[in-house]
Amino acid sequence: MKSLRNHLSLVVALLSILFSLQTFIIVDRSINAYKNNLSNNYSLVAVSQKILNANIIKNQHKLIKEIVLLSPDKVIKKLNSGINKKNIELLKLSLPKFYKLVLVHYPSPTEVNNLTKSLLRDTSVIKVETFSKSHDTTYKLLLLFKTVISVFAFSIGIVTILLISKELKIWQFKHTERMSIMGLFGAPTWLSSAVLFRLALVDALIASAFSFVIFSYISATSWVAEELSNIGISVVVFDPIFDFGVMLGVALVLSTLLATFIVISHKEEV
Amino acid sequence: MDKVIVADNLSLSYSKDETIINKVSFSINSGSFVFITGASGSGKSTLLKSLYGALKPQEGSLVVAGVELKGVTKSKLNLLRKHTGIVFQDYKLVKEWTIEKNIMLPLIIGGYDKTIQQNQVDTLLKHVRLKHQAGKYPQELSGGEQQRVAMARALSHNPVLILADEPTGNLDDYSSQLIWNLLEGANTDLKSTVIVVTHHIPESMGIDYKHFHIEYGSIHEVS
Repeated sequence: MKSLRNHLSLVVALLSILFSLQTFIIVDRSINAYKNNLSNNYSLVAVSQKILNANIIKNQHKLIKEIVLLSPDKVIKKLNSGINKKNIELLKLSLPKFYKLVLVHYPSPTEVNNLTKSLLRDTSVIKVETFSKSHDTTYKLLLLFKTVISVFAFSIGIVTILLISKELKIWQFKHTERMSIMGLFGAPTWLSSAVLFRLALVDALIASAFSFVIFSYISATSWVAEELSNIGISVVVFDPIFDFGVMLGVALVLSTLLATFIVISHKEEV
Repeated sequence: MDKVIVADNLSLSYSKDETIINKVSFSINSGSFVFITGASGSGKSTLLKSLYGALKPQEGSLVVAGVELKGVTKSKLNLLRKHTGIVFQDYKLVKEWTIEKNIMLPLIIGGYDKTIQQNQVDTLLKHVRLKHQAGKYPQELSGGEQQRVAMARALSHNPVLILADEPTGNLDDYSSQLIWNLLEGANTDLKSTVIVVTHHIPESMGIDYKHFHIEYGSIHEVS
């Protein structure tokens, strides 16, 4: 019971930090996945009087992943009322060329503007359709999500500092006396602080193991996958190797820092 | 005879404004039993603290077991403390450790073999009549019992120097007698130098001892 109490305070603090961190990672992954999804469904349309050289355009504009020439057949079919084959061929030749521009990633409004301006510098390009209204709305929504997540991450940082500084005071109170007594009998610093570092290490392992179990369970539940597929994305909720590594690393760094601060700030009793 | 403590023009203070011990010189032979007396606030405990390096000399020099404590390095101080047994007025037992582990502390620090540690602790627990309390924590014991634990801890590593600050203050006759017997035993059997800060020298002392008295920041030997 006594031993459990010794561990509980830091384990709870670390658990809340790890839980917040993993939640942030999941939300960030979801936003990125959603952004990729949007990127796949978004493209510009360029109208040119001449045939464009796809390779030259792609070299000039790194944002462009693919250029697809759109066939005018559908439009001509609608006009095909009493026009003979020869005239249709002439019409085809006189019609401007329509290109679908697939982009490398989902662009910001500035990137869209720059690309449009750059394309229009080519005198043969007469128009670039960006579908800016719907693009801007979606982009602003994404930006809002990103801001919310950044605020959330910042709040986690503040809470982490508060939790750790509170823990620092508790640990200082709990361990200073023992360290002083050991020092009075000639214990070197590494020995008098060994208990502290062992406790820090064990607590970091316990907190990481708990987080591992919680997030493994969450990632195994179908509810989360269903919710994500409802918005058309699929995200790795918990990577048992990478995410656990990050969690363990964060927990170890924080608890070791805490122990180090106590050792550094420890002054011998007079 | 070897000198275990040599103080030369030693001054001690907690702040620059107030000197507690003022330019005193004295020496203590190895293997002797010494009482240091004086009124409350005279500087007895301050002097004792300086002997285990918790308070550095403000002026003069203080050599304990061959180690000059003015400007002493941490590693040298640790080495000196490893060979010193200290009994504190407020016991200074580790609350989260059992009685057994508290007594074991100097042996753990000294890197003794686990079997030696256990044998020594068992012997000392018998000496201080606390064998049946071995697994308890300090706060579960009475003041007298805690002081006996502190005494056992100070003796566990057979130190060359034992420093005791009012080891029998507020103790019942039984615990007091037990502690005096242990200190006498350490002096006669282990040949440890024993320095005791106290208000009263027990009348029943069965060995020769030296007596220093501190008054107005000075120390003098009482014959």
